[in-house]
Amino acid sequence: MGENSSMSIRKRRWTEWAISAPSVLWLTIFFVVPTLLVVAISFHSAAPDGGIGREWTFDTWRHISNPNYPSIIWRTLWISAATTLGCVVLALPCAFAIARMQKKWRSIMAGLIMLPFWTSFVVRVFAWRLLLHPEGFLKHILMSVGLAEPNSQLLYNSGAILLVSIYSFLPFAIMPIYAAAEKFDFSLLEAARDLGARSLLAFRKIFIPGIRRGLISATLMVFIPSVGSYVIPDLVGGKNSELIGNKIYQRTFPDRNLPHASALSAIMAVGVLMPLGLLAWFLKRQDRREALRQAEVNGLKQRGGAA
Amino acid sequence: MTKRFGALTAVDNVTLSIQKGEFFSLLGPSGCGKTTLLRMLGGFEAPDSGRIYLDGRDITDLPPNLRRVHTIFQNYALFPNMTVWDNIAFSLRVAHYPKTEIRKNVEGMLELIKMADHAYKYPSQISGGQKQRVAIARALIDRPQVLLLDEPLAALDLKLRQHMLLELDIIHDQVGITFVYVTHDQGEAMSLSDRIAVMNQGRIEQIDPPAQIYEAPRSGFVAAFIGDTNFFEGTVTEVEGDYCKLAVAGFRDILCFNDKNISAGSLVHLSVRPEKIRVTSTPPPPEKGSRINVFRCKVTDIVYQGTYTKYWLAADSHRVSAIKPHSRFLLDQAPITWGDDVYCWWHPDDGYMLEQFTSADADLVQMPPAGYSLPKPVVAPDA
Repeated sequence: MGENSSMSIRKRRWTEWAISAPSVLWLTIFFVVPTLLVVAISFHSAAPDGGIGREWTFDTWRHISNPNYPSIIWRTLWISAATTLGCVVLALPCAFAIARMQKKWRSIMAGLIMLPFWTSFVVRVFAWRLLLHPEGFLKHILMSVGLAEPNSQLLYNSGAILLVSIYSFLPFAIMPIYAAAEKFDFSLLEAARDLGARSLLAFRKIFIPGIRRGLISATLMVFIPSVGSYVIPDLVGGKNSELIGNKIYQRTFPDRNLPHASALSAIMAVGVLMPLGLLAWFLKRQDRREALRQAEVNGLKQRGGAA
Repeated sequence: MTKRFGALTAVDNVTLSIQKGEFFSLLGPSGCGKTTLLRMLGGFEAPDSGRIYLDGRDITDLPPNLRRVHTIFQNYALFPNMTVWDNIAFSLRVAHYPKTEIRKNVEGMLELIKMADHAYKYPSQISGGQKQRVAIARALIDRPQVLLLDEPLAALDLKLRQHMLLELDIIHDQVGITFVYVTHDQGEAMSLSDRIAVMNQGRIEQIDPPAQIYEAPRSGFVAAFIGDTNFFEGTVTEVEGDYCKLAVAGFRDILCFNDKNISAGSLVHLSVRPEKIRVTSTPPPPEKGSRINVFRCKVTDIVYQGTYTKYWLAADSHRVSAIKPHSRFLLDQAPITWGDDVYCWWHPDDGYMLEQFTSADADLVQMPPAGYSLPKPVVAPDA
């Protein structure tokens, strides 16, 4: 009997493997191997013709440590973090409002949020160049209200990158938060209000924990692409607001220095994986806590039963 | 304590006052406005006109968090991210009570609802009845002046519902807080309430203690919605003392108690509860008196219900329902069966004259099972 059941478990394991094998294979061939190749290339020398040299060397990594790069990496990380924060903060009330609408309006609003995707991403970013241009529409409005000096610059700086990034990635934050908010039971907020909590407190204590998963996926959906973005800084950023994405582009195409580009890509991958890892660790810890509490509850129950 | 309401489409010009410490029920079919009324009391809905007073203070414009009124929601609305303990402590924490006091109060509440062993469980780990008790404890812990209950037992199965009904009653007696209970289940309302307000289409039809609601319904709606009944429409022909005679079209004259002092010639609607009507195969014994209403009828349908049997009788063009409880079931007794000619009889005091009646009320009365006529089988034509 025991042997039989272990047999069946072994069999199930085998079928599980068989089912997941294609995707594992796919990920290995098209994701893991290329990533490792990129890291490997960064330890080769650059060939003068733009290819990769044969010998192994630490030259590239020595170059990377020059003071120019850390500031670019740092800028990439803070702009990405600020973009993420801005998107989530803007998306929260937006998703909340949509989730509270009638069903018909909900789908219309969700459609409107997706509407920008009907236009090419590059065209939309380019449109911001016109808006933020020294002779542009926005500048004139700000000047007439007295918020901008005639010679102040809206374009070609980190602020412009941040603004356009938030604009571009906002739908990616609204959608997962909205999806979570739609499933949220709003009578819980009424219950919290009923028990004496002010609206804001009810929102913070009940709504935010209730849509936690949506917030996490929104954070990832915005942070990851914004670390790698290079179109936005290329079009609206200036000489002093380059991001890592621009540098990788520059090293790959104009400079034809693939090892250098690879090293920067590896750094970027770490920059993306770090917050992911932190998040995974955080979630796992929380699950473990919940499991511990569950065990405690069970223990109590057993003791109660024994007594 | 007084609460007053004005017009709202869902709640139409309702005025009612609820006594302190009372168990008050709002009873009515779904869509009658009882939940809207409750939500206005809780502060989730603003009345278009009219005011709400609590203990003499106008609370109409106060948000829910500033009213000393708590609601038990239909789905309990326990916070899924908090343990039972934290759920119960919520209102005290929000009000910044000292920690020791919170602990003392929460432990007291856990004791009251017999959930001390489950304090650290999450709402997803406890049963429906337990959730119900936690919701009650959570709402009672900071001693509100009024507890609003929105169909709190609707999600529970029959046995649990009966059990929770008793518990609710006990809790109400222990805490002495005013309960306002919304339900469409007349059994719940009857067994718990000090007074019941029967609602229909946004209006209150009658506010009375349960027995009065059942025995002395003011309108046809109340008579038909609470329990079951038989309606007779007739004209008063003669008044003799406390009694009067009704002439009913297509039926025998009915003698009834004339408590409303109605004069001859006026149209009257009479409600007679099925359990007041006796069904026998022999005429009623003479000692029952001469005033009794006796009719010969034919049994058309019998519905066996365990504790009682329901008979559908045809008397002239009328259909009458009558209930006979099974005090003793004798297999060898000649039972009343389909097609039997029987006597049905009731005392004139058991009929009740209604003040209001609309034809829609008659539709609420349970009708005998309809006969089905199966379509004739299609026979393939011979080739």
